[in-house]
Amino acid sequence: MLTLECPYCGVKAEETELQAGGEAHLKRYGPGASDEEFEGYLFMRKNPKGVHFERWRHAYGCGKWFLAARCTATLEVFGTYPAQSTQPPVDLQAKIKAKRPNWEGYK
Amino acid sequence: MSTRLSKGGRLIDRSKPLSFTFNGRRMQGYAGDTLASALLGADQMLVGRSFKYHRPRGIIASGAEEPNALVGLGEGGKFEPNQRTTTTELFDGAVTASQNHWPSLEFDVGAINNKLGRFLPGGFYYKTFMYPRFAWKHVFEPIIRQSAGLGKAPTARDEDHYEYAYAFADVVVAGGGIAGLTAALAAAKAGKRVWLMEQTADWGGRAVVDAIEIDGKPAEDWVAETVAALSAMDNVTLRTRTMASGLFDHGYIMGYERVADHTPGDGRPRHRLWRIRAGHVITATGAIERSLSFAGNDIPGVMLASAVRDYVVNWAVSPGDRTVIVTNNDDAYRTALALLDAGLVVPTVIDARAEAKGALPEAVRARGVRVLAGHGIAKVKGGKRVTGVSVCIQEGEGAEIEAIACDAVAMSGGWSPVVHLWSHCGGKLIWDADRAMFRPDPNRPATGDDGAAMVTAVGSANGHLTADEVLTDAHKAAGGEGKAPAAAIEAEAPMMPVWIMPQGAGPALRMKMWLDPQNDVKVSDVQLAAREGYESVEHTKRYTTLGMATDQGKMSNINGLAILSDALHRPIPETGTTTFRPPYTPISIGAIAGEARGDIFQPLRRTPMHGWHETHGAHWEPVGLWRRPYCFLRTGEGVHDAVNREIRSVRNAVGLLDASTLGKIIVKGPDAGKFLDMLYTNMMSTLPVGKCRYGLMCSENGFLSDDGVVVRLSEDTWLCHTTTGGADRIHGWMEDWLQCEWWDWKVYTANVTEQYAQVAIAGPNARKLLEKLGGMDLSKEAIPFMEWREGTLGGFRARVHRISFSGELSFEVAVPASEGRAFWDALLAAGEEFGVAPYGTEAMHIMRAEKGFIMIGDETDGTVIPQDLNLQWAISKKKADYLGKRAQERSHMASPDRWKLVGLETLDGSVIPDGAYAVAEGVNANGQRNMQGRVTSTYYSPTLNKGIAMGLVKHGPDRMGEVIDFPVDDGKVVKARIVDPVFFDKDGEKQNV
Repeated sequence: MLTLECPYCGVKAEETELQAGGEAHLKRYGPGASDEEFEGYLFMRKNPKGVHFERWRHAYGCGKWFLAARCTATLEVFGTYPAQSTQPPVDLQAKIKAKRPNWEGYK
Repeated sequence: MSTRLSKGGRLIDRSKPLSFTFNGRRMQGYAGDTLASALLGADQMLVGRSFKYHRPRGIIASGAEEPNALVGLGEGGKFEPNQRTTTTELFDGAVTASQNHWPSLEFDVGAINNKLGRFLPGGFYYKTFMYPRFAWKHVFEPIIRQSAGLGKAPTARDEDHYEYAYAFADVVVAGGGIAGLTAALAAAKAGKRVWLMEQTADWGGRAVVDAIEIDGKPAEDWVAETVAALSAMDNVTLRTRTMASGLFDHGYIMGYERVADHTPGDGRPRHRLWRIRAGHVITATGAIERSLSFAGNDIPGVMLASAVRDYVVNWAVSPGDRTVIVTNNDDAYRTALALLDAGLVVPTVIDARAEAKGALPEAVRARGVRVLAGHGIAKVKGGKRVTGVSVCIQEGEGAEIEAIACDAVAMSGGWSPVVHLWSHCGGKLIWDADRAMFRPDPNRPATGDDGAAMVTAVGSANGHLTADEVLTDAHKAAGGEGKAPAAAIEAEAPMMPVWIMPQGAGPALRMKMWLDPQNDVKVSDVQLAAREGYESVEHTKRYTTLGMATDQGKMSNINGLAILSDALHRPIPETGTTTFRPPYTPISIGAIAGEARGDIFQPLRRTPMHGWHETHGAHWEPVGLWRRPYCFLRTGEGVHDAVNREIRSVRNAVGLLDASTLGKIIVKGPDAGKFLDMLYTNMMSTLPVGKCRYGLMCSENGFLSDDGVVVRLSEDTWLCHTTTGGADRIHGWMEDWLQCEWWDWKVYTANVTEQYAQVAIAGPNARKLLEKLGGMDLSKEAIPFMEWREGTLGGFRARVHRISFSGELSFEVAVPASEGRAFWDALLAAGEEFGVAPYGTEAMHIMRAEKGFIMIGDETDGTVIPQDLNLQWAISKKKADYLGKRAQERSHMASPDRWKLVGLETLDGSVIPDGAYAVAEGVNANGQRNMQGRVTSTYYSPTLNKGIAMGLVKHGPDRMGEVIDFPVDDGKVVKARIVDPVFFDKDGEKQNV
């Protein structure tokens, strides 16, 4: 059972307090988007073995959504940050790069 | 024969005799006994039968690794099968029974399988039961079900109670032997919050049995002093009878405490499941002795050498007067010394190694015992118990050199560290060729959330087999200051891996060498699997069932994979191990359930009127965590009759529905309208204050997800009604979009579902009833259909909506939750003269189906879009975007061939079974009959006095009047005509009055 620190209330929350929300930093495509763009938005996920950015909600705590950078293989948590982020914080990216030199970046 | 010795036994209290029964026979043991030691003390060597061949089975081990000695324990509501006698403490009055035999333990018909063993090789289940096809269901399965399985499942409800407990610690130490005690003390002295758990009732592990010296004193004294020191520290928690059953992500460790197994009936919970979050876990779980693979190693009386000395030293139980010892290492000689000290006879020590000249073998020789180096056991003689052994050269093929009469054999094939906890969460192992064991690889531990190691293995669990190494390792690993405790020990000569005894044994002997005595997997079975092409150890495990028994191969899995490696001509580390999964040993289902059973299985949500329903015949229907009345039963009335009565009462007079469970979410703010326009397929921003609008919500892939009436409360405030089951989900959905996508929009949401009680007052007399309460103008002009007004009704602060899910004149009235029950009572009192009656969810469902209204979860199943349900009128064409809009433009969604909603009317007036499919001409690519539609809702309508249904049918709305076929059970076909889904009051004259 994972523990993730909620960046809003500062609680190191147990997984039972959290709700998983899948991959983070997806771009929404709506009407006007091509079939390929929309398919990518709706279905295509990175599902990496390694560094992954994900959405979590502190559902049974403060109720806020936040984002987490986590290694899916070792379960190491590199950091959590507010959902209102268009990309992972620069210092977090640097921290991950230092720990995982072969990491290709979040894009 | 096994017997109780006249003196000794460090764990038993001879002043406290306890009586118990085994298969109805009365026996006696002592306080401190396990069931196994008490059975052996009563000369019960035969304790069960094996799974496949029904071979006689005796006690092999003294701990968690025991594969054989499982019994059914207790009776009635206290009965539990498969209780491991070696880890179950004896208590007075215990009732035990052996398993897996018929008609009796001594005489078992199933033992015929033993004679047929040649025809039941590894993988025989897969080979035998394939053909003929029909035979599986009618012949093989019934026979297997009758003969297989260990204990019988309990039939009575469990009388005991169980609980969860939670804890946090900097360091959790698993295992209370000298390694665990040393590590716990070192960590505690460093100021850490320490949790130490030991699975047995006693501290000290093997060291106290082997009576070594630590820091110049007997191990028993050192252990007592260390435990006392730990007990005195505030930062230490000590738990005996608590097994670390599993290690999970981020230092989450589970402890299984057997609180009252040994004191049944004292009122305490039987088991307690500890859920502990650990900063770091130290596994001091020791090692388990391996069996040796020689012919007849499964006969009762063949035991692990360490277990033999456990029984002698701990419980003063002798497995026999004459015990032959067979070994490949020095440690087993300690068993010889223990037996000699107890005054028993060790005719010979058979040592597979070419020479045995270490301190321990010499000590045994000095006591006058013959040591036969370079020898092995060709086979064990005996049936239900050992009568002797046939000795051979280890390097040979098994020719008998001499026969030795004996009544027990103590075997030692070396030791395997208990690496389960280490491995549960991803810790890797390395093969230590010198000690012929897999041990934890310190460079590849399981890691925690910080990426650092979260587990450290110490002592024997880390591959150290002598006390001095164990103590040094544990002290250092736990960050101990100063010198580690020191043990005085004899130097031991290296062990020699022995996987088959003798090494050149032919097929006849290999067929009698057991690897897994519970599941009857032999050396020959693993070799056969290898010949048949099984190379992966995981596949071989499942094919042969090696290690799949309830002991999970703790004793002999290593032997099995060594045999497999040998057969495949590759080194052991290349074969690897099977996966270690929690729990370490089986834990009770009761402990997993904890207190969550009966009334507190899950929280129950009650509406303000719940109590009234309860006392007025409510026939409950669970809806999420709510209970809603399905109908209200009157004395002597059946469910079907009650539902029909309720419908007639609504259609002809007036009915009350407790609609409080409907989701109510306030959406407020300058951008609330814009937000709701994205959330709903309809336009909600244009809804005037004072009006209501039915709305649909879709997921991003276009499928209908929820529906409900939206109310414009004020310029910047909307109230969104959701389905009962959807309230929390939809509120979460709103928050997701507001927080993660449109976080700059100024909108607040609040789930106020439980703040209001809501009642639907429906039927021709609805207005009269409310007017009698008085306080508001409820005329058609003052509050037209699909509008709402606020005011007081009979003194209650009320929000009155004119909406209808039944097709009748209907008002849905929301009052503060605290006034809900009083309002309900007032409605009933005022409505008496108008024939008021409460109605339940089934009447509501039928009335909405009569009107052709869809129901989320009936007409929708996650694959249905609003257009399928002819709800285009509720989809705004003006909006550039809403959730699901892009998806609904995809080619498959826009296809004219989608199944669409229609009404279905059976030609004979019967009710079509729910979910029935309509068949079309021809077959598909798989040769299956083509389908053209299915039933989504189906009811008997008391209003129309016939069966009515709704369904999705290909091109349905274009095929009005056509008759289609619904095959149902027994080859019958129900014919139904495609009709308009609105069966009743098509023009809405009843609701618009």
